Amino acid sequence: MSEWKMLTLVGQDKPGIVAKITTALFEAGSQLGEASMMRLGGNFTIMLMVKSELSVEQLNQSIESVVEEMQLTSSFQRIEASLHQHEIPDTRITVYGADRPGIVAKATTGLLEAGFNIMDLESDVAGDEAEPIYIIHIEGVAANGSEALEQAMEQIKINGVHVDVTPIDVMIG
Amino acid sequence: MTVLDILKYPDESLKQISQPVESFDDELCAFLLDLEETMRAGPGGVGIAAAQVGNFSRIAIVDVSSKPKIKHNGCLILINPEIKTWEGMKIGREGCMSVPDYTGNVIRAEKITLQAYNTEGELCDYKCEGYEARAVQHELDHLDGLLFLDRLVSRRTDLFKRKKYK
Repeated sequence: MSEWKMLTLVGQDKPGIVAKITTALFEAGSQLGEASMMRLGGNFTIMLMVKSELSVEQLNQSIESVVEEMQLTSSFQRIEASLHQHEIPDTRITVYGADRPGIVAKATTGLLEAGFNIMDLESDVAGDEAEPIYIIHIEGVAANGSEALEQAMEQIKINGVHVDVTPIDVMIG
Repeated sequence: MTVLDILKYPDESLKQISQPVESFDDELCAFLLDLEETMRAGPGGVGIAAAQVGNFSRIAIVDVSSKPKIKHNGCLILINPEIKTWEGMKIGREGCMSVPDYTGNVIRAEKITLQAYNTEGELCDYKCEGYEARAVQHELDHLDGLLFLDRLVSRRTDLFKRKKYK
C-alpha cells in the first residue's frame, strides 16, 4: 500500500499555519510531497501530500496541538500517489464574465464534452458586491484537439461570457 | 559525435558564470558537434548551453526550426553571445533538460537583437522573436548561472494579457 496520505486543512487565515503544521509533520518524521495552499475567502486552505509510515490516526495526533491552537479543521486520507509524474498541460483557458449561477458548471461541462482534462483550476470572484465578476483560470490537456475545444467554448460565450483558449507551447532548453 | 551527459540541478556548478571563448579551433568545432547532438537527443530540446554539459564557456545552440509556423533563424550557433536590445514582454511555459519533470511560467522579451560569434569566429547579428527569442534568452541565462527557476512567475500573473488563439 502507498505510504502517501493527503492532508486537507482549512481555517481562518492567520500567520503561522504553514510553518507550524509542517514543523509538526517534520518532527513526526513525515516527508512532504506536492502541495497546493491558498487563501480562499479569508480562509487558508492546504492540500498537502504527506509520506509517512504512521497511521492516519497517528498523523492526526502529530498535528493535533497545532490544529487546536490555531482553530483549524483537518483530515488525512490514504491515497495512491507517486512523485515525478508531472503531465504537461497543452492548453490554458480563461473564462470570465458577470457572475451568474451555473457559469462554472456550464464551462466545465463544455470542456468535458470536448475531451478536455482539467489539471489545474483557479477561480476568483472579483469586481464589487453589486456587480461581481467571475474569473476562471484553467490548465489541462485537450485530448481531442483545439478545434473541438473552441467549438465547445463558443456555446459558453453566449450571454457575454468571455473565453480565451491559448495553446501552451512549452520551450524545453 | 557523442551525446554528452547533462548536468542536473541541484548540481551547483549550473549556477556558475561561464567564461568567453578565446580560440576558434578544431577542439571547439568538435565540442559544438557534440553539444548539438546532445541537444537533439533530449526530448523536445530546442536549445542547449555548454554549461549544461559541464563546459563553462559562453556557448549556446538554439534551433527551433522543427516547430511549425514560427519565425526562426535556423540552427543558431552562438559563441560569446550578447543581447543588444529587448522589446515587449510575454509569459510562456518553459522546461529545461537540467530540471527534469517541471515546467513553469517565465516572462521573456518578445523580440531581441543579439550579436554572437559563429564557428568561424565571425561576429554576426541576429533578430529573434517569439518562441526563438524565448529559447535564446533561456540558454543565455545558463551562461550567467541562471535557471528558469530563478525567473518563475505565478500562474495567475498573465490573466488578462493573453494572446488570442486565432
